[in-house]
Amino acid sequence: MRNNNRFSNVYLVLVFAVLYAPIFYLMYYSFNSGGTMHGFEGFTLDYYREVIHDTRLMIIVINTLVIALLSSAIATIIAIVGALAIQRIRDRRAKNALLSLNNVLIVSPDVIIGASFLILFTIVGIKLGFTSVLLSHVAFSVPIAVLMILPHLQDMSPTLTDAARDLGASRRDVLTKVILPIIKPGIFSGFFMALTYSLDDFAVTFFVTGNGYSTLSVEIYSRARQGVSLSINALSTMIFLFTIMLVVGYYFLNRRKARPNVAEPVADLGVPR
Amino acid sequence: MNNKGKSYYLIPYYLWIALFVVAPVLLIIYYSLFDLDGHLTLDNYVNFFTPVYLKMTLNSFWYAFLITVFSLLIAYPAAYLLTRTKHKQLWLLLIILPTWINLLLKTYAFIGIFGTFGPVNTFLDVLGIGEQQILFTGFSFVFVSVYIFIPFMILPIYSALEELNLSLLDAARDLGASSWTTFRRVIFPLTISGVRSGCMAVFIPALSLFMITRLIAGSRVITLGTAIEQHFLVTQDWGMGSTVAVFLIAIMALFMILWGGSRKEVRHEK
Repeated sequence: MRNNNRFSNVYLVLVFAVLYAPIFYLMYYSFNSGGTMHGFEGFTLDYYREVIHDTRLMIIVINTLVIALLSSAIATIIAIVGALAIQRIRDRRAKNALLSLNNVLIVSPDVIIGASFLILFTIVGIKLGFTSVLLSHVAFSVPIAVLMILPHLQDMSPTLTDAARDLGASRRDVLTKVILPIIKPGIFSGFFMALTYSLDDFAVTFFVTGNGYSTLSVEIYSRARQGVSLSINALSTMIFLFTIMLVVGYYFLNRRKARPNVAEPVADLGVPR
Repeated sequence: MNNKGKSYYLIPYYLWIALFVVAPVLLIIYYSLFDLDGHLTLDNYVNFFTPVYLKMTLNSFWYAFLITVFSLLIAYPAAYLLTRTKHKQLWLLLIILPTWINLLLKTYAFIGIFGTFGPVNTFLDVLGIGEQQILFTGFSFVFVSVYIFIPFMILPIYSALEELNLSLLDAARDLGASSWTTFRRVIFPLTISGVRSGCMAVFIPALSLFMITRLIAGSRVITLGTAIEQHFLVTQDWGMGSTVAVFLIAIMALFMILWGGSRKEVRHEK
């Protein structure tokens, strides 16, 4: 038994080591004055300076954040409506059909989403750039947010809305004073999930960015294709630290809110692409 | 309750479905019927059944299969051991955390790690095997993809294992089952739903990866994803690209139907 235990610990440690090795490898070499990702020569902060002084890159970072925040906000609003729509339907078959339509973009490969959106925008006549990227990010974030909101709506007791209506609340009041406050946690996780999907997306964005407009992933891709450049390492270190702050913050926020339901953060974070 | 006339607020959602779910699929099918010069033709479909594309499809499936199998083999024990640790939530968070790092950055790291002067080659040198060309091979493609997908395989299996009723394991042991028999006859069948969703979460994206192939595998590995990207963004042959996409969608739909059916069966068994 003892031996068994040691073996399992070694296995887990190995898995964690492999998971984190590339990330720390990137971070380590971001300080290499040698300019390559092998043979550490000396410590330098030059690449960080380079990243901070790279105006083009900073504009791209801002683009990425603007797209992420804006698209998540719009997507969350559409998703609230969508969750309400799905919830309203009584007929089970129709409900399942609508849910399946909702999930199409979640299970579709990114390449197909990207290619089909490219066709769509070209036909409609939307110029590739900010608008097309924003629209596609809204489009692929909606279903995820719906899936985050829907369970909260389903958990809500229907007697609450009935009671509100009996007490004379208008439809609008029922929505803003009863339903929305109850599903608020779902709305927040939906927004947050959409945000991370948007920040992380590469494949779809790659298809619908025209010349001159770029997000971080697309920029990293084109730089990485040209070979190793340690400014990417410096950038990734900064992104990594930012991500950790975001995740840890979210985790503790969520934990405080949902203490009894221990499994919740997992359910919220574990939606694979 | 008469809601019909008042449900204008539902319009944005239905508009989203029409514009971004239904229309794109129809457009892909429509475009697959045109050749480079814009003539209506079935040539693309005929082309797809030439050895070049068939081989590519097979190749794509073979790699996706390999990636899924390796991810499963590594992820299942990891998920199992995770359920046994103290501070599960913390360890799980640590598994999830790398998935939040941009996929391209992680892929980019492997350019350095697998490179000619990278640590792996240095290690092989020390072992006396000597330097190997690791980048731009099928191996590096599978390795990096498995690396990227492992968390997505661990999570569903972990949740399935968490739902497992532990008294069943005691019962199995009381009835004299060895640990292997317990695993094979009790644990694995009861967590098969997690395995299924994990495989699903890995297999479908693995079919359509194109950035990892481009950055890590050079042009040695060509998958359906790379083909679509190539046709749409490089050769501008949208017709052929759409045809490949149509086949990918069809294959996927087939998988979903097979999967959906079996998932329902599982629910009935419960």
